[in-house]
Amino acid sequence: MTAIHVTINNQQRTVEAPPMKRLLDVLREDLHLTGAKEGCGEGECGSCSVLMNGELVNSCLVPILQAEGAQITTIEGVNSQLVEGEKLHPIQRCFLEEGGAQCGICTPGMILATYHLLEKYTQPTLLQIQEGLSGNLCRCTGYSRIFNAVQAAALVRGNR
Amino acid sequence: MSSRPQIVGSSPIRKEGTAKVLGRAQYVDDITLPDMWFGATVRSTIPRGRITSISFDPAIPWHEFTIVSAADIPGENCIVHLTKDHPCLAVTHVNHAEEPILLLAHPNRAVLPAAVAAVRITYEELPAIYTIEDSEKKEQVIWGEGEQANTFKTYLMQKNQQPIPDEIWQTADYIVEGEYRTGAQEQLYIENNGVIAEYDAETGVTVRGSMQCPFYVVHALELVFNLPAEKCRVIQTETGGAFGGKEDFPSVIGSHAALLAMKSGHPVKLCYDRAEDMAATTKRHPSRTRHRTAVSKEGKLLAGEIDFTIDGGAYATLSPVVLSRGTIHAPGPYHWPYVTVRAKAMATNIPPHGAFRGFGAPQSIFALERHMDKIAKVVGLPPEELRRRNFLGTGDHTATGQLLKDPVDMQHLLTRALEESDYHAKRNQFDRENPTSTIKRGIGFATFFHGAGFTGSGERRLNSLVEIELTPEGQPRLLVSSTEFGQGTNTILCQIAAQTLRLPYDHILIAQPDTGHVPNSGPTVASRTAMVVGKLVERAAQSLCATLVSRGHLNHNYSPKEFRRAAVNYLAEFGTLKAEARYQSPGDIFWDDETYSGEAYPAYAWAVYVAEVAVDTTTYSASVTNFYALQEVGKVLHPILAAGQIEGGVAQGIGYALYEKCLWRNGHLTNNQMTNYIMPTSADVPSIHVTFEEIPSPHGAFGAKGIGELPMDGPAPAILNAIEHATNIAFTEIPLLPEDIFERMTKVPDSGTESLDPAIAGPVFSEATV
Repeated sequence: MTAIHVTINNQQRTVEAPPMKRLLDVLREDLHLTGAKEGCGEGECGSCSVLMNGELVNSCLVPILQAEGAQITTIEGVNSQLVEGEKLHPIQRCFLEEGGAQCGICTPGMILATYHLLEKYTQPTLLQIQEGLSGNLCRCTGYSRIFNAVQAAALVRGNR
Repeated sequence: MSSRPQIVGSSPIRKEGTAKVLGRAQYVDDITLPDMWFGATVRSTIPRGRITSISFDPAIPWHEFTIVSAADIPGENCIVHLTKDHPCLAVTHVNHAEEPILLLAHPNRAVLPAAVAAVRITYEELPAIYTIEDSEKKEQVIWGEGEQANTFKTYLMQKNQQPIPDEIWQTADYIVEGEYRTGAQEQLYIENNGVIAEYDAETGVTVRGSMQCPFYVVHALELVFNLPAEKCRVIQTETGGAFGGKEDFPSVIGSHAALLAMKSGHPVKLCYDRAEDMAATTKRHPSRTRHRTAVSKEGKLLAGEIDFTIDGGAYATLSPVVLSRGTIHAPGPYHWPYVTVRAKAMATNIPPHGAFRGFGAPQSIFALERHMDKIAKVVGLPPEELRRRNFLGTGDHTATGQLLKDPVDMQHLLTRALEESDYHAKRNQFDRENPTSTIKRGIGFATFFHGAGFTGSGERRLNSLVEIELTPEGQPRLLVSSTEFGQGTNTILCQIAAQTLRLPYDHILIAQPDTGHVPNSGPTVASRTAMVVGKLVERAAQSLCATLVSRGHLNHNYSPKEFRRAAVNYLAEFGTLKAEARYQSPGDIFWDDETYSGEAYPAYAWAVYVAEVAVDTTTYSASVTNFYALQEVGKVLHPILAAGQIEGGVAQGIGYALYEKCLWRNGHLTNNQMTNYIMPTSADVPSIHVTFEEIPSPHGAFGAKGIGELPMDGPAPAILNAIEHATNIAFTEIPLLPEDIFERMTKVPDSGTESLDPAIAGPVFSEATV
């Protein structure tokens, strides 16, 4: 067991865990943040996506030791800085309104991938969206409504 | 009557959507119960054989584990679907790789993989069979005996119960033959199969988990535990995709977890990882379809013989009903003076195949729609013209003898789809450009139908029941066992209730499917929820409203506020109010299982799908560059959800056609990973242009028909038809991977390329003669 210090959703946490324990398991088992999902366990599907120091990572491929000192944002933290009265982050709201979430299992990862994409490109082209989300698999939507949701979220952001 | 808000036909937000986008929706693996243990499955490592010994590596502290074998099963060692051939746990023999033999449970999830590996099982191997052809030879009989040897089910479907007269074959201008094959396909829901089970000697078994059909699991548990239904409680948790893959399989994993819970005395969570889910659970049935068609020189279909065979894997599971739907859809939306379909489901030593969106229809429709393009070439007609000369229309009879009473206009759908896709201009453009380009482009289409609801007398047997109750606050709550797994069940059923009760959508609640509290509204399969269950919700809502009105609590013209007040007053007076509606078979629907004729489905959705492809002659990869999906599905209840269903189905169809290949070696799936089983990513899907024609159906709520499975049927044949246009090669098998295209494109011309010029090829056109 090693003591690991990480900042998760702006809160400093210390976790006692085997150093090779997956970040995904630390989030889900030790911190009870179950928004990140395991879909494949090998970094293909992206349903365990979180932000680590602003980069999109598959938390199933990150040993917790590697997260020492890191800033982690999970789906539970995406709406943490919202103003009073707002329940959903604009990306979440756009996924909801545009039909970008069906079964919902890929949705937390998809929303974090979108968050990351919109940090990189404020008004992404369709090709940039397709490439930016290509590490996050969705079996329900055929992606069309997800592209719509990302474009709508980019518009909201542009109007702010 | 006051003006009704239009809730049906609008797109309110998904009922459970907020929890999903917040990451708060609770899927089974997100749930932890007090003192919960974890389960794992010890599986066969060979495809067929006799178990000779089981030993446990002494390095493992086995006393810490609960170990379950078939001897621990209190009831029958059987997972019941349609027949009782499928053991819950293997005892003396195994019939497929990954067959469950023992179950383990331990408080620590992390120690289970090593423990599974430390169970040593020896076998006396028996010869195994892996293909339809090997199964047909019956040299190895792995299932059944006599006539039924290796054969789960056969059907003979003859239009008007008449065989095809010999003179048709003798006098037809053309006889066109073809053989078509489709591969297995993994459902690849992103959430793997998983459940948590509890056992209590007094109250019985409780299973919660990811599933489509809670009452199927109840039925399975009754047999395994020898308990009455009221002691088998099943609760659906949020379900991360299903597509048929959680129709029959939860009965297996649910029984397993419940056995571990009973023996360990703890709640047990049994959730597969991806590799286990892909290797051990069901896939779409591989198929082989042979067509022999008599055609006149005017392009009229005179007679068709269709041999449709599916590979069911090692146990029957749902193969007989998958075969049934494939059989009924095999003649397509065409008028056949004579048609005979001979269908059979064969046994192989592959893990059992099961339900997957489309349920047999994508297989037989792929064959037919490829074959129609072949017939068109032989006759010398454009593919659209051949179809126009044979489409079914209102007043015609289908191959099962069903009179089409509702308006059907495939001619119009085809015209509209070709216009919207700019089909003719693109076909000319690609013909012009292809000779000088390394990228060969093509455009093709498929025309098809899909029946909504259970086949034949299935709905009558299901006898579904829906209830609506009032909460103490006076809010209507729907009680159904119909499950939400992304397709929008919760939302559309609440829309229907809201519209019927003239209440805002937000006022309607829907209960979690828990067999302890909801009636059996049937399984969530077969494109039946919107049409069949939706209609029951409408009727139950009408009944609820009528009760409040007749008891004098409510005027005909009420506001939502007045409704709630009336509801609360009613509850104060009578305690509870529950309205119900039970399925009533339409009077004009009749099906005869003996002759395989009659009203196969109360309603059909009709569609024309157009695909544009690009085949790169440097890399031999094919991609879909544009897609048009036009369908007539009755009233569209929720335009955003409906379009989402079509787009998602088309993407799965593109995967089925071009990417998703199950590689088997000695009965094991060797690519049981997302790394090497490739489904379409966001970078692989084209623009998908979805349009609906809305002709309200008399059978469904507000005129709705089923749409869930339809979009799985059309993409694969449309794509291969487009690839034939692009390359002039008539591929007959899916999935079609770059290596397959490479093989055919680099083949020397005289080594078997088929000529379709009637002057050269003579009157019979057969793949078999190549």
